[in-house]
Amino acid sequence: MTKEEIIHLAALARLELTPAEIEKFTKELSAILSYVGTVQTLAESAADTTPRLGDRFNVLRTDAVTNEPEQYTKDILAEMPQTEGRYMVVKKILQTE
Amino acid sequence: MPDTITELKKKYSSGELTPTEVVEKALATIAKMNTDINAFLDVYKDALEEAKAATEKLARGEGVDQPLLGIPLAIKNNILIKGRRATGASKILENYTATYDATVIARLKAAGAIFVGSTNMDEFAMGGSTENSAFGPTKNPLDTKRVPGGSSGGSAAAVAMAAVPAALGTDTGGSIRQPASFCGLVGFKPTYGAVSRYGLMAMGSSLDQAGPLTNCVADAELIHNVIAGPDSLDATTITPDTYGAVPAKDTYTFGIPKGFLSEGVDPDVLATFMAHVELLKSLGHQVVEVDLPLFEQGLAAYYIVVQAEISSNVARYDGMRYGLSMPGENLLEVYEKTRAAGFGPEVKRRILLGTYVLSSGYYDAYYGKAQQVRNMMRDELKAAFETVDIILTPTAPTPAFKIGEQEDPLAMYKQDIFTVPVNLTGVPALTFPMGRVERDGVSLPVGVQYIAPHGGDARLFSLGKKVYDERL
Repeated sequence: MTKEEIIHLAALARLELTPAEIEKFTKELSAILSYVGTVQTLAESAADTTPRLGDRFNVLRTDAVTNEPEQYTKDILAEMPQTEGRYMVVKKILQTE
Repeated sequence: MPDTITELKKKYSSGELTPTEVVEKALATIAKMNTDINAFLDVYKDALEEAKAATEKLARGEGVDQPLLGIPLAIKNNILIKGRRATGASKILENYTATYDATVIARLKAAGAIFVGSTNMDEFAMGGSTENSAFGPTKNPLDTKRVPGGSSGGSAAAVAMAAVPAALGTDTGGSIRQPASFCGLVGFKPTYGAVSRYGLMAMGSSLDQAGPLTNCVADAELIHNVIAGPDSLDATTITPDTYGAVPAKDTYTFGIPKGFLSEGVDPDVLATFMAHVELLKSLGHQVVEVDLPLFEQGLAAYYIVVQAEISSNVARYDGMRYGLSMPGENLLEVYEKTRAAGFGPEVKRRILLGTYVLSSGYYDAYYGKAQQVRNMMRDELKAAFETVDIILTPTAPTPAFKIGEQEDPLAMYKQDIFTVPVNLTGVPALTFPMGRVERDGVSLPVGVQYIAPHGGDARLFSLGKKVYDERL
């Protein structure tokens, strides 16, 4: 694990790291990965390579509205960091020159 | 020992005690002790109004169908209670108020339980000591120099300091069982799917379950039976038919995983465990060795699966819809700065690890292999349960350690060696105190873990009541 890899992972995970954090995580992640990497030798003997979902099945329900109109709207709007009327304010996604 | 729920209910019906008196006492205990212990993040003073209503209800002879009427409980702060702050012990949700009740909360309310406060935890349940809370560590009431365990450390401390007779926790890799062991309590991790996850902050969605921390097995059973059952809001909940019946018996064959105790187990914990084995034999049970080679190595698979699921689950914290939001020039900067300011070091560490094991080029080598190991562990366990009824291990390899003692994240992960195979395979497990060991002149409890096959929750309660409750 290199510093550049940590910086790349942080970018993928939308996480800003300080130089000290990059330093620390590079060391710690290397140690953890070499430990968890032992699964590679373990699973080599596996005859069964198909991931299984367990003993459960899809659960379906009627496609119907289950709540009253406006039941949660006020509470959910109140939790938004920034609103304009009944809208959530977000930063512009497409940048134009 | 403080009153159990079972005792409180008797005293309520005889008139010896009222919910008002019990909740007043709970709030007084919290007021007196919480500055030091830091078990509670929020205290619900209006619980007293609910207690008065419960007292009146009991006086009128009503509420006989409510098994927890007037019983004070503490709730881990990653479980949503409508109108209450739900932080997950993270700065990113410091000012977040839940907009709905978790299914477990709705069921506890319907049963008449009274919530006196929310409890501290490792941030988003990531940790084994409650030191990873953004709001400071919780201390172990039995020795305040030590941790209460984690991640449900606040819930364990709330019961151990006798503020409440029981608390709700969540368990992804041992987060109910290890703190129960460190604080001398009973803790229960249900069969995966027995309890709805709706309204729980998701950590490892294929592993998470909610369960009780209590002073006796009967109380754990009572709470579990209130919160368990199918829920249309969680498609992974099971019905009683999902797994075949796992009947209770008079005597059981216990299996100890062969070679499991060879490494990293504290000698005093091991001696206490061997004494428990002798106790089981004296009670007429059989104890044999059982071959579970993968069980021991499940920890590596766990720390791949859980980090992968964490990195996906915490992607929701975007600084837009709820929680903390840091200003930025553009969308990307808002994301990056909000998450940098809102998450603590352990959450960041796990996000990075999870992102790595899921990234192109490494997915097969890590996540794919871990899923394969998980399949193999389920097969191995199934085979083991053909010859034994219960698998027996210590709950944690050590007693409670000192605050600040475990600095290496990998060493901290190894605390979970006995508990994570249970979550990876989805089986139920019960822990209760098996004895005590001495550290620095203080007697500290250590727990034993009983693991049953899928759907064997009731078997664990019936057995635990015989081995633990009846001998209290």
